[in-house]
Amino acid sequence: MLEVSALNTAYGRAHILFDVALDARPGEVVVLLGRNGAGKSTTLKSLIGLVRPLSGEIRFNGRRIDRLQPYQVARLGLGYVPEERRIFADLSVMENLEVGRQPRRDGAAFWTPERLFELFPNLGRMKERGGGRMSGGEQQMLTIARTLMGNPSTVLLDEPSEGLSPLIVEQMAATIRDLKREGLCVLLSEQNLHFSELVADRAYIIETGQIRYSGTMAELSADEAVREQYLSV
Amino acid sequence: MTAAAILIQFLNGLASASSLFLVAAGLSLIFGVTRIVNFAHGSLYMLGTYIAYSLIEHFGRGPLGFWGAVLLAGLIVAAFGALVEIFLLRRIYAAPELLQLLATFALVLIVKDFALWVWGPEDLLGPRAPGLGGAVEIAGRQFPEYDLFLIVLGPLVLAILWAILTRTRWGTLVRAATEDREMAGALGVNQKWLFTGVFALGSLLAGLGGSVQIPREPANLFMDLSVISDAFVVVVVGGLGSIGGAFLAALLIAEIKAFCIGIGDVTWFGHVLSFSKLTLVVEFIVMAVVLVIRPWGLLGRQQSVPRSSGAAEAPLALPSRTAVQALVALLAALALVPVFFSGYALVLLIDIMVFALFSVSLYFIMGPGGMHSFGHAAYFGLGAYGAGLIVKSGAAMEVGLLAGPLLAGIGALVFGWFCVRLSGVYLAMLTLAFAQIAWSVVFQWDAVTGGSNGLIGIWPAPWLASKTAYYYLALAGCATGIFVLWRILYAPFGYALRAGRDSPLRADAIGIDVRSRQWGAFVIAGLAAGLAGSLSAFSKGSISPESMAVPRSVDGLVMVLLGGIQNLTGPVWGAALFTWLQDAVAREIDYWRAVLGAVILALVLAFPQGIAGYIGQFIESRRVKSAGAPA
Amino acid sequence: MSVLKVRNLSKAYGGVQAVSNVTFEVAAGELLALIGPNGAGKTTCFNMLNGQIAADSGSVEFEGRALTGLKPRQVWRLGVGRTFQITATFASMTVRENVQMALLSHHGRLGSLASIATRACVDEAEALLERVGMRAQADRSCAVLAYGDLKRIELAVALANEPRLLLMDEPTAGMAPKERNALMRLAADLARDSNIAVLFTEHDMDVVFAHADRIIVLAAGELIAEGRPDEVRAHPKVREVYLGSGAMYGATHA
Repeated sequence: MLEVSALNTAYGRAHILFDVALDARPGEVVVLLGRNGAGKSTTLKSLIGLVRPLSGEIRFNGRRIDRLQPYQVARLGLGYVPEERRIFADLSVMENLEVGRQPRRDGAAFWTPERLFELFPNLGRMKERGGGRMSGGEQQMLTIARTLMGNPSTVLLDEPSEGLSPLIVEQMAATIRDLKREGLCVLLSEQNLHFSELVADRAYIIETGQIRYSGTMAELSADEAVREQYLSV
Repeated sequence: MTAAAILIQFLNGLASASSLFLVAAGLSLIFGVTRIVNFAHGSLYMLGTYIAYSLIEHFGRGPLGFWGAVLLAGLIVAAFGALVEIFLLRRIYAAPELLQLLATFALVLIVKDFALWVWGPEDLLGPRAPGLGGAVEIAGRQFPEYDLFLIVLGPLVLAILWAILTRTRWGTLVRAATEDREMAGALGVNQKWLFTGVFALGSLLAGLGGSVQIPREPANLFMDLSVISDAFVVVVVGGLGSIGGAFLAALLIAEIKAFCIGIGDVTWFGHVLSFSKLTLVVEFIVMAVVLVIRPWGLLGRQQSVPRSSGAAEAPLALPSRTAVQALVALLAALALVPVFFSGYALVLLIDIMVFALFSVSLYFIMGPGGMHSFGHAAYFGLGAYGAGLIVKSGAAMEVGLLAGPLLAGIGALVFGWFCVRLSGVYLAMLTLAFAQIAWSVVFQWDAVTGGSNGLIGIWPAPWLASKTAYYYLALAGCATGIFVLWRILYAPFGYALRAGRDSPLRADAIGIDVRSRQWGAFVIAGLAAGLAGSLSAFSKGSISPESMAVPRSVDGLVMVLLGGIQNLTGPVWGAALFTWLQDAVAREIDYWRAVLGAVILALVLAFPQGIAGYIGQFIESRRVKSAGAPA
Repeated sequence: MSVLKVRNLSKAYGGVQAVSNVTFEVAAGELLALIGPNGAGKTTCFNMLNGQIAADSGSVEFEGRALTGLKPRQVWRLGVGRTFQITATFASMTVRENVQMALLSHHGRLGSLASIATRACVDEAEALLERVGMRAQADRSCAVLAYGDLKRIELAVALANEPRLLLMDEPTAGMAPKERNALMRLAADLARDSNIAVLFTEHDMDVVFAHADRIIVLAAGELIAEGRPDEVRAHPKVREVYLGSGAMYGATHA
């Protein structure tokens, strides 16, 4: 579904990613673990096209996407949920969803506001509320719902648990498992190992812009040495 | 005033408000989505008027010819706007906002000379609107039918815009992109065409605003800047990005202007108070008042911090020994110039030195201060007039050289107090407003300032009468001024100023009063610009209101940006290059404005990160490519 | 002895009570954690303490002096240090210069037009950087530093005015688990050595339970619990509105 090889990315003078390679398959939840500044967000931004890679290849459903604009990538069915939520504060919940709306796509779940309100009952109770007048947890749900309106087959989630209370993080984990059940492929970046253990099938560890480890989540959980070395748990 | 007169003035105000609203709404829409302050919006309006005039001449003055021409003119301007967006703006969305501004200002220059070339310098008045050429009687007075049409037009356009923005998917996407265009793109919204569409719509509004004016106002070459400053004021008073706010502000300003004209001259305690002369400044006074009470305009909201503010500036290192030696060598070379050259070369060099000081003083508040000023010429002009007036009143020239900067400093003290309460585009607009106020006072106060003629016969003291002697005075004054400004940047004051720019939150949390630092910087820059103005006045022997008009402020911006804002010496090189270029081009070529505009556009398109930024990036990209993987 | 006394603090936004009747104290040398769900009013509460937001009612006393109505820079001058959730440093300056700015301000020397800023308070700045383990990076630009290092610099800057109270808003947000513990341990050691009272907000319960002496819990603007970590952890209401099953912190592994 998503295949990345030899990806290099730089911001101006700072070279961030070095030969990053990873892949994610349909119906799979893959987590990219690493500390702040390791290159997690940059990896996801490179995939969606918000940052143009220096070199490397990104394939989505077999098609090269590394030279496309973000809107073109999104229209191919690759959804992106940003780190800081980036809700349109002046738009209502319904309008936020409208911005994300894209046509039905073969081979991917089809979402309508009604279906999303089943998944996020909170949002259904505040359809006309302005995005700026929601709590952090509600905004996090809306930003995911907004991306789902594009009927993506794969979703990139950038640090979905950051800044949320433990209880809301548990709800977020349940949501990601729901998405997996819908057949979506999810690639998320995280620092929170507890959270990752609840949702992920496989894990990559990234440090100073390089992939240092790849394996199943179960293997990683059992491997004290790797966790100690790269995640400083 | 009688009740009838009040009613008529009120209706006059409503009629003027419509056209103002059309232009301002377009400007506001474009800024909201593209984040570009479109200086050329007034030029689009001017094009609308000229094109409508020509089309009516071509189609004839019948109803179809007239109304068809008005509409078609709007559409032609919209198409022109779309082309500008596609071929120019698309390439510079990622550039620093000041460079974007510079590009749109280059367009102003080009469009102005284009209009001069096509339509000539004469004012062109169009015919009356067929079917609406007469007048109706309202409260016993004649009121033009056409103005009634305009009164309806404004609210109608407001309603249509509102419906488009809130009731259509396109409008929802536009509002989303206004808040966060990058995120909208990541959700599958093709911003390219959204931006083109918005720019075309904004241009359509500007073009229509211009074309519907054809029966009321002759097309002329000065409309562009007068309309753009009106539109800026309306947009800022209403709140950036707020269409409803723009409507409200247009009404408010047009009404106040109408009543100023209506009241005319009033005699109070033996003094004649001319309200009609106030019309030139009244909108700026309204703006200053509104911004102080509501810093984000009537219906505006606080601007979010731009997401990509560009690469951070490198820490300020003390100048190396080589750099100091090079500067000393340059000074020595300048001191030797009169030995080898005389006459015009000295005049040009004095100009260059004066503008170097002016541009360093602007850089002082724009770079380290982080305050973008669109009205820095005010302090240059105050310095010139301060010096000139004191000399005219019989004081010695040496006193004038002190009085000029002092007056400029006082001006900066007063204006700066208001300006530092704002930030970003709002601050820039307020600086523009104050400059405009200062300019119109000078322009209209014939008895004291000589009005549009300015002051003449401002000559230096006898011992400085020779060009060579004055050259040395200018060199000493400018070099000292520039050195002092640079030196302050290395002192704790300069660091505190930068601290307030880098992170106001942190600066406040460690006890720095950011506002008072900025205020202080404003005054220091004002004093320096005033010194430049005074030196310039005695060098030329005369002063005109142009020395503090908008184009002079823009000259300063161009100088700073040409040299690059991340470098202390940049503004000096920028000033030298610009002054020399302007001198050389203006003497040789009729359409020098267009040439200057084209040069600026070429520079912006070739180096969208600024010349200095481009060189830095080039070096860096080579380094990154050769470095490979980290250790 | 209580350094900070907060009494009946309240704040409403457009009819919504963001903080209501909050009362607590922090003693010298004590680490007090303020936790609660998103939107519970933590940040509002925090910003009222140092003057960024004006309270509707209630009082904040620091060493017996009312802080109500003071601006952040005035609060700082009284001896209150502050770190931010998203680091706020001066990006166009070096690490040392960042600390020098705080020191110059503390010594009232920021108005000078003549001296050279980078030559002032050098030794003092380096001593502070030594305390947070950043002395080796003193000449680097803050713009190129890793996030965890910026957090340390913020701590050094906050210590520059020899504060008696340190306010830390989510000090470990965005850091790896081990870095989080290291930073909090550093803050705790500094606080205990210099007898500084520390009030911090935090979402990482591992950090909170490991380092806080006491915890207060805010939900929907009201204090719902207060006590030692083990007491708060077992508090049924806190579990219900905030902590959840415990899967998100060390509870399941403990």
